[in-house]
Amino acid sequence: MSAALAYGLAGAGLIAIGLYALIVRRHLLRKILAVNVVGNGVFLVLVALAQRSGVPDPVPQAMVLTGIVVAVSATALALALAVRVRDATGRATLDLPGDAAMGRGARRDGAR
Amino acid sequence: MKRPEAVPSIVRALAALLSLAVGGLVVWAVLGLPETAGLREVVATHMDRSGVTHPVTAVLLNFRGYDTLLEVAVLLLALIATWSLRLAPPDRNPERPGLVLRELVRLLVPVLIVLAGYLLWLGAHAPGGAFQAGALLAGAGVLLILVEVRPLGRLSPTALRVLAALGVAVFLAVALLAMGRGRLLEYPVEWAGLLILAIESAATVSIGLALAYLFRGDEPARRADEDGAA
Repeated sequence: MSAALAYGLAGAGLIAIGLYALIVRRHLLRKILAVNVVGNGVFLVLVALAQRSGVPDPVPQAMVLTGIVVAVSATALALALAVRVRDATGRATLDLPGDAAMGRGARRDGAR
Repeated sequence: MKRPEAVPSIVRALAALLSLAVGGLVVWAVLGLPETAGLREVVATHMDRSGVTHPVTAVLLNFRGYDTLLEVAVLLLALIATWSLRLAPPDRNPERPGLVLRELVRLLVPVLIVLAGYLLWLGAHAPGGAFQAGALLAGAGVLLILVEVRPLGRLSPTALRVLAALGVAVFLAVALLAMGRGRLLEYPVEWAGLLILAIESAATVSIGLALAYLFRGDEPARRADEDGAA
């Protein structure tokens, strides 16, 4: 197994881990982190595939560089929105007020 | 003790299944891809027309200039959107930033600015360029914010907005000028190197400023007489 392939498979693993966390975590900060883990998995797959024949292919590398900046921008905006949600609702989750699970969560960790 | 954010176990099981399926699909795609040289040869044959000698910079700023133009626009859009949320300014540290941090920032910020200039220039022929340089400037900005100094805080809010938009503006201007002689973003070969340097210089300033102000989150205060400007 070549190093490039190992990186590619690790990228697939990151995508799976991030996707799982995105669904099962309620806290917005964790969801934002999960999206970033998925994104980094995609970047890792792209860079690994660009590297397969030893000499790197510049096009996927440039795409990843572009992707990193877009991911940082989206993350910053998501964090700002999460702060706004917390300011407006007192909670850092997207649960609706009638949600029973939300009620449990709200009792456990107070205002947040 | 059950964690406050726990979801029902059926949701967890379905999420695990879905994640494994998607991960498996990616593994299958990675293993199944045919061995090719990709676009490396195509880039290599056109390098002499790109105006730079580093292939990644050639792809970013010339061959795939659209991507980079839109990327700088996305960054500006994120900044505008974040400012429009009207977040409160970050809480002041109840204890003043420590002496060590303040002195470290005083030493590091000028070094970071010089390094950013170096990386910007290096991008033409080695790994480097506007984004790496902008990230260093943003790092300097974050350090300043940590010691409660607003980066470029002496500039008026309008001037800050102009600087944040400078990267997109210069990029668009060059793209439109190139259109006069051919198509959008097709630089004349003899000018390509200079035009790329101009775009990257403007983009570096805007990227650094945008990232640092995204870290802060709040909108620079707007004076009453500036409403509607910029």
